[in-house]
Amino acid sequence: MQYVVIIYLCLAIWLYLLLGGADFGAGIMELFTRSKNRSAARQTMSHAIGPIWEANHMWLIIAVVILFVGFPRIYGVMSVSLHIPLVVMLLGIIARGTAFVFRHYDAVKDRMQMLYNRIFALSSAVTPFFLGVIAASVLAGYVNPAATDFLTAYVWSWLHWFAVAVGAFTVALCGFLASVYSIGETHNEADKRYFIRKTRTMTIITFLAGALVFVAAGFEGIPLGPWIFGNWVGSSAVGLATLSLGGLFYAVSRGHTVLPRLLAGFQVTMILLAIGYRHFPDFVVLRHGSNLSLLRDQAPAATMQALGWALLLGSIFILPALYYLYYSFQHEAEEVAEGTTIAAVRK
Amino acid sequence: MDDFLAARSQMALSLGFHIIFSCIGMVMPFFMAVAHYKWLRGGDETYRNLTKAWSKGVAIFFAVGAVSGTVLSFELGLLWPKFMEHAGPIFGMPFSLEGTAFFIEAIALGFFLYGWGRFHPWFHWFTGVVVGVSGLASGILVVAANAWMNSPSGFDYVNGQYLNVDPVRAMFNDAWLSQALHMTLAAFAATGFAVAGVHALMVLKRRNIHFHFRAFQIAAVFGTVAAVLQPLSGDFSAKDVARRQPAKLAAMEAHFHTEKSAALVLGGLPNEKEQRVDYAIKIPGALSFLAHGNFEQEVTGLDRIPVADRPPVTVPHLAFQLMVGLGMFMMGLALLYFWALWRRPHWLRADWLLKLFVAAIPAGFIAVEAGWTVTEVGRQPWILYGIMRTRDAVTPMPGIAYSFYLFTAVYLSLSLVVIFLLYRQIKMVPELYDRPALVGAA
Repeated sequence: MQYVVIIYLCLAIWLYLLLGGADFGAGIMELFTRSKNRSAARQTMSHAIGPIWEANHMWLIIAVVILFVGFPRIYGVMSVSLHIPLVVMLLGIIARGTAFVFRHYDAVKDRMQMLYNRIFALSSAVTPFFLGVIAASVLAGYVNPAATDFLTAYVWSWLHWFAVAVGAFTVALCGFLASVYSIGETHNEADKRYFIRKTRTMTIITFLAGALVFVAAGFEGIPLGPWIFGNWVGSSAVGLATLSLGGLFYAVSRGHTVLPRLLAGFQVTMILLAIGYRHFPDFVVLRHGSNLSLLRDQAPAATMQALGWALLLGSIFILPALYYLYYSFQHEAEEVAEGTTIAAVRK
Repeated sequence: MDDFLAARSQMALSLGFHIIFSCIGMVMPFFMAVAHYKWLRGGDETYRNLTKAWSKGVAIFFAVGAVSGTVLSFELGLLWPKFMEHAGPIFGMPFSLEGTAFFIEAIALGFFLYGWGRFHPWFHWFTGVVVGVSGLASGILVVAANAWMNSPSGFDYVNGQYLNVDPVRAMFNDAWLSQALHMTLAAFAATGFAVAGVHALMVLKRRNIHFHFRAFQIAAVFGTVAAVLQPLSGDFSAKDVARRQPAKLAAMEAHFHTEKSAALVLGGLPNEKEQRVDYAIKIPGALSFLAHGNFEQEVTGLDRIPVADRPPVTVPHLAFQLMVGLGMFMMGLALLYFWALWRRPHWLRADWLLKLFVAAIPAGFIAVEAGWTVTEVGRQPWILYGIMRTRDAVTPMPGIAYSFYLFTAVYLSLSLVVIFLLYRQIKMVPELYDRPALVGAA
């Protein structure tokens, strides 16, 4: 049963990065869009994420619950050593979630909208940046539960160049996911071309940010290269991700909408796999002593058993409902999109 | 401010903030479902407009409830890491099920909010009901987790070790039923009275009377029925607390000295140093009766509790008096409302009755906050009753005071924005919903 729990933890992290990531990316693109295009971009995104955005963020809660129920020591160490970035990430989540709903449900559309937009866009970048910082800190090996002075225990655990680079990379990745996703959500050719251009730019930025991660790792003395390329799974995952970039560009330029999404999702999956494969079962790399491991630092067997069943039972309800939610609103969006294109051609 | 106090304050603030949004988020869907049902059955467009207007409120409250709930799932570890390291595996069961319930709620809400005109009307209605049912389920599950902190079970505590963990027994601990029942009724009463009061205010202002009066009726029925049932569940809870946590009962009743046929202390100001209550009304034997069901039985006082294990008295006692007082007020108003429904229909439109409901807008929520103050402060100095002290559970990180100030500022400004948004929603009712010709076309 422990593997069921571990698989669900990975699933939750993976889906949060893909779905929540695309969702964050929507706000990030707003932040980096010139004002003349902003309202078109905003409308497309708002239409695309409206019905599903709450559900996308549930994966984070599932991951946290799995951590504190199934792996309490990992949750405990992260909560103490990474207190500060966790708080900043939470503030980002609060600001973003409320600003999104407020701008949608404010009965009067006036200058307050600008404030909501500003907060939404900014927090859309801050939140994934700190998620990236936290993910990097877990791997970097600066977490030190035995430290007694404030800086070593609570600041240097997460404030280093590697974490900053991974944070930036995460933001870029979210923007990349959102731009690819948006292509299929547009209702006219001009918007579509706009998001295709955006996708190209975001791909290049993400690639550069990825390279920066390696530079920062080298600077901090973190053996990222050997971690990823030291085994065949990691190297082939990175290889496949790079190769599929060509496919992505081809599919985008041919006007496909679903294939690019699958390829973008594939690339993100490969990046996670390349990092995760080398580290499993370790979850938190500590400064001194043995790392925190998903296989060793578990809750008692009875808890893992109950948690596993709860997760399996939950999926029976959640997954079909979630699928139907995506299906319903996706279907709807495609019908609208086709309708408009045909109308435009007839004119 | 010292870090321990700051951590407790931050937790209290976060819970106190979240509870309001989760109550409304789990109860309003039922009001919505009733209005929606009346629209689908009877075809009165007012009910459709009402459903839409309420669903916007639900969306706002759900979103704020969801983010503040996400924050709480992290704060448990950020503030009380040592508690969570031991407690997580034991009381995690309700949380993992709550994750599912909450997820379903979010999915159903997506269907409901964006589903107008897209699905079969009854499927659409059903998704609204699912929002309410799963919201209620998550509320009950979270309360079950809190109940475990009052009534730890499902493990053996041997030499500081937590052995033989049984998460299912921990979930169905001795306190879960009484707490879940009391909280569910409280959510219905508080939300029912608050919503009914806001619409009563609009009727009094003679704004869209037709619309607001129908809204008032639906909310008032839910609120009043819950308010009448609540004292019964309160009695059940009090007897339960007397049995399981005599220290908490003694603190909330300001019962310092163990005695037979103990008096019930109404109001008053506890003097913890001198161990007496000043300016109180005492009803002989009543506490024995309320706690144990007969007027003679001995009620454990704080003098039987070791000094180091005594909870504070003043805060739980005053909070308890406040909660009971407001509960009685709401029950009285509810009975008056029933009398009017049964015998005096013309009262229902009378200004004085509506004004009483306006006065009751905050009553339920103040009672909810006071009730949680009794539960939480009354459990001190324990975080896990009889096993782990709150002071031993707090994070080692210094400077929590700053985090407390930060969250105070955030929650304060969020509250202001939500009030501002609701004010705008209500103000826009005439323009959004009061043009029958346009509504028909839309």
